[in-house]
Amino acid sequence: MNPRRTLATAGRVLTQIRHDPRTIVLLLVVPSLLIGLVAWIFSDTPVFDTVGPAMIALFPFIVMFLVTSITTLRERRTGTLERLLSMPLGKGDFILGYTLAFGLLAVLQSAAAVGYAVWVCGLTITGSIWLLLAVAVADAVLGTALGLLASAFARTEFQVVQFMPALVFPQILLGGIFLPRDQLPDALRAFSDWLPLSHAIDALQAVASDSQDAAYVGGKLLIIGAWIVGAVVLGSITLRRRTP
Amino acid sequence: MTLMVHRSAPAVVVRDLHARRGKQPVLHGLSLTVPRGLVVGLIGPSGCGKTTLMRSIVGVQVVQSGAVTVLGRAAGTASLRGRVGYVTQDASVYDDLTVRQNLQYFAAVLGASRDDIDRVIDATDLAPNAGQLAGSLSGGQRSRVSLAGALLGSPELLVLDEPTVGLDPVLRVELWALFHRLADSGTSLLVSSHVMDEASRCDRLLLMRQGEVLADDTPDGLLSATGTPDVEAAFLALISAHPSSDPAGREAGDS
Repeated sequence: MNPRRTLATAGRVLTQIRHDPRTIVLLLVVPSLLIGLVAWIFSDTPVFDTVGPAMIALFPFIVMFLVTSITTLRERRTGTLERLLSMPLGKGDFILGYTLAFGLLAVLQSAAAVGYAVWVCGLTITGSIWLLLAVAVADAVLGTALGLLASAFARTEFQVVQFMPALVFPQILLGGIFLPRDQLPDALRAFSDWLPLSHAIDALQAVASDSQDAAYVGGKLLIIGAWIVGAVVLGSITLRRRTP
Repeated sequence: MTLMVHRSAPAVVVRDLHARRGKQPVLHGLSLTVPRGLVVGLIGPSGCGKTTLMRSIVGVQVVQSGAVTVLGRAAGTASLRGRVGYVTQDASVYDDLTVRQNLQYFAAVLGASRDDIDRVIDATDLAPNAGQLAGSLSGGQRSRVSLAGALLGSPELLVLDEPTVGLDPVLRVELWALFHRLADSGTSLLVSSHVMDEASRCDRLLLMRQGEVLADDTPDGLLSATGTPDVEAAFLALISAHPSSDPAGREAGDS
């Protein structure tokens, strides 16, 4: 691995996206609009203050997962990945370059979503808004890392889109949005402890209601970080220079 | 001139190579040598294994058995990656980047200089299109962007898979002239084509069919050995003389 090649890859991915303004607008606006819709649905109830933080975790996670997995799959299918792997580009350079580029987009997207939820939709945040943003960003980067990994196991765009419900929906169902996690059946509760999105939602809710100390949120961030590192490492192992 | 070149170690040595493309066996014990500093044409019908052989030389193909030595090292060795340029059959460029941005990225990966980008843009006659998105170019222009990327960093061996498909005749002549200028400056080139009339432009020919090399000769040597007037006729003469040739057997798909 080599920092110059990693940064060149990240820069190249960002330049590609710069040529596609519609994608940038969709990336930045769609999560905010969905959060606005949820706030509107629950406008005469106190529900938005409990599910609002989870929404901040959810939409950037899903959007980044889809965007990343499809972009990297396209790279495999157009032959550019084969070309790069026949050149002196490290597999880590490729994966980290993508993670950096989409991570930067994830920061912008999460900032837009948090800002919109708090200042437009009136989400009450008792804790630190910076901590909330940090968890939201970690969450969007997690979506990026899992998307990179999923694209390694897909041969076609159809397959990669199927990974979304397969990998993302169980995490949403078990993450504590539909039913608080401590009320889940024991087996599902134990299983949900292993899923990264559960911890992201826990952390966002803890920050929003200021019900836990910073060490608790830090611990949750560490778990999400471990998932990100794991997915990036596994993703670069699944990249093969030689293919049949 | 050829005598001197032949004395140095060959650019590529392939010994008893067996490889499958997907699940289909394509190469069945193929052996060949590509000398240094020449334009070697790899000629054969579509599906005869040219691409699989080229992928094996570049080191991106899983091979079942056999040895592929490139510039004195095993194919796919990390130190070879900057010394071998590879152009795939379909242009592998980023459609949502401009020509220059594509080349800037490949140059950054290879560690090539800014001047080198201008050099390869001129060599492939892309200067008028340098600011255009690759996706907005014609097929021939896109494949030239792909070729330009492979010329960056002046690799010692160029492996070009059908680089002249879809180009107009004038440009095709210019590219062959470029290949010979590169060879004169010491670069070794392996250029595949299924167009027989391109064969006469090569210094040496490897005629391939159904995963085997039927002939390895100079164009003139091939014509006099088979007593035929052109490469197409020579190819047909070799097929009818070849013991294992049967058109129904071992169809290898478009690989």
